[in-house]
Amino acid sequence: MRVAALSVASGPSHMFPGHAPASAGTEIGSISLSGLTSFFSCKLFTITMRLVILDNYDLASEWAAKYICNCIIQFKPSQGRYFTLGLPTGSTPLGCYKKLIEYHKNGDLSFKYVKTFNMDEYVGLPRNHPESYHSYMWNNFFKHIDIDPNNAHILDGNALDLQAECDAFEKKIEESGGIDLFVGGIGPDGHIAFNEPGSSLASRTRLKTLAMDTILANAKYFDGDLSKVPTMALTVGVGTVMDAREVMILITGAHKAFALYKAIEEGVNHMWTVSAFQQHPRTIFVCDEDATLELRVKTVKYFKGLMHVHNKLVDPLYSMKEEN
Amino acid sequence: MMPSNKSVSDAPIFQFTNCRILRSHQLQREDLWVREGKILNPEKLFFDEKGSADIQLDCKDSIIAPGFIDVQINGGFGVDFSLAVDDVQSGISLVSQKILSHGVTSFCPTLVTSPPSVYHKVLPQISIRNGGPHGAGILGAHLEGPFISKEKKGAHPEHYLSTFESGAFQDLLATYRHLDCVRIVTLAPEMKRSSEVIQELTRQGICVSLGHSVANLSQAEEAVRHGATFITHLFNAMLPFHHRDPGIVGLLTSDQIPARRRVFYGMISDGIHTNPAALRIAHRAHPKGLVLVTDAIAGMGLAPGKHTLGQQVIEVDGLNTYIAGTKTLSGSVATMDSCVRHFLEATGCTVETALEAASLHPAQLLGIEHRKGTLNYDNDADFLLLDDSLRVRATYIAGERVWSQDTFTI
Repeated sequence: MRVAALSVASGPSHMFPGHAPASAGTEIGSISLSGLTSFFSCKLFTITMRLVILDNYDLASEWAAKYICNCIIQFKPSQGRYFTLGLPTGSTPLGCYKKLIEYHKNGDLSFKYVKTFNMDEYVGLPRNHPESYHSYMWNNFFKHIDIDPNNAHILDGNALDLQAECDAFEKKIEESGGIDLFVGGIGPDGHIAFNEPGSSLASRTRLKTLAMDTILANAKYFDGDLSKVPTMALTVGVGTVMDAREVMILITGAHKAFALYKAIEEGVNHMWTVSAFQQHPRTIFVCDEDATLELRVKTVKYFKGLMHVHNKLVDPLYSMKEEN
Repeated sequence: MMPSNKSVSDAPIFQFTNCRILRSHQLQREDLWVREGKILNPEKLFFDEKGSADIQLDCKDSIIAPGFIDVQINGGFGVDFSLAVDDVQSGISLVSQKILSHGVTSFCPTLVTSPPSVYHKVLPQISIRNGGPHGAGILGAHLEGPFISKEKKGAHPEHYLSTFESGAFQDLLATYRHLDCVRIVTLAPEMKRSSEVIQELTRQGICVSLGHSVANLSQAEEAVRHGATFITHLFNAMLPFHHRDPGIVGLLTSDQIPARRRVFYGMISDGIHTNPAALRIAHRAHPKGLVLVTDAIAGMGLAPGKHTLGQQVIEVDGLNTYIAGTKTLSGSVATMDSCVRHFLEATGCTVETALEAASLHPAQLLGIEHRKGTLNYDNDADFLLLDDSLRVRATYIAGERVWSQDTFTI
């Protein structure tokens, strides 16, 4: 019988110094079936960084959705004990949302006892504008599931006092007991949410002026017209996301490859704010092949070699039907 | 179902699911939300009111379209609106209830050329009213005649034709007397002083339609300049299209239409009144103006045989309706939903186009599209559940089911 072996990394900084042996990082050893249950139950005490690499966008989206699904179900949310989820927008998570909706429509997953906090919202865009993040979340997620509207929190970019709105958002997160799993994406400039290059890694929810890179990247949603793209947004801070108990970053596509390289193979740096998560106790980066194009072959081979371990997190895929 | 926490209203919220709705000119796989007889915006409900549905209804993959609007219907089921009876309202009520099964949720009861005594007696009894379980809503009367051309009278009785050349609008007023509930007037624009009449009717908010006329194109264009916006049953009872003078038909492609105005034209697509090729020519020339009408007569819904149309006797044989003993067409016995299906098949157009010709376009003609004819948020919840062949499964007015097939329940 194999024994569960969970080693714990100590200290911050580089995950992979170019010359260091593999044990300098964190790893999960092989796990027995009975160990799997205890693995989940002592999840909170393990400290891990995982790079999960799938062949393509669809498989990456599906893996991420399965992971979220299992997290929620294993948590056994109920009245008064909600699972809190941080959520992103953009094109990357669309496939993941579609899969989650599918699990819901099949009766396998309910969001009745899930609270959500979105990362950001544009300032000055009417809430019902087709490109607002409220519209995005409604059309791509909320309208297809059974979440209680009182539990779906998105920053209000039209609030009269924007900083007060940000402070209130932080308070709501605190009052809900903190975020269990924060799902995010990465910008081509390595930003998380709208924490543009140069943002403080200790930052909290606040008003940010968008970098030109971000405005250019968003122009495609505004008929390619730069003048129509909002220039300011409210965003959770790097510090806010770091407070979450677990963080999952979705990174797909070749255009994100350089940002991923900067985020995990180089140092923690406020010019590439996603790099801050090297110091988070529980982070998963979920990628497709294309997103790994700028990584070292050694890094990619190492983590691909761990896929049989990573896949145990999503297989078996739990269902709320079994719970009843 | 989670507890509702609606700040705007306590009325129950209905969510129609598993359907395809006609919105923004396309069939979209979306749910239809209804509250207090109006189409509700679910995103606004979610974010502003933190509300959710009270009752979810599975529409079994139906198409949901706005209710049909028939702006030219002379009667049906043995009822003839132009017959001067003491109780016009009960006849209208009977028809309004029966046409629910054809998908019509609003209509304009139409009176053909009649003596002034008929108008004086009948018009005060017609009232504009909302639809409901009792029947389709009444938008107002359509008066077709008596100010029409003798040469193109069709089934209208010649001795009751009239002109307004001496007193213009005053003559019209003397004939009709009560205009409160009048929504559309069909007249022949070549008649002397028609411009003044058209202008005054338009000023009073009454839609002017050109029909039963021998007008040439420039006379028709002048009428449009003065306010006319509709053509009564295109091709029928007017001069045929001629390449050097297209007549009223030429309005479809005229460049003399005032900016921001559109000319609409009624078509009876029952397969009898117009050859499918002619239907296609009109549709292709001016697709956004096409309004499907039934021009149904008392015999609609009844067995073949002899029926009346105002002062005339009509013979019904299958779908053909002629003045008794002649080959002159007079109205139809088509139902609105069969017109929509025939239009779809004859033109090969999209389902969306066929549905809009019977809902959006008549609403635009009457200037009521902010309330009716679409499934836009805050519009009246008058809608239909249809199958893929566009057969009506159920009819709803103000969010309430007012008719459904026996075999269809949701």
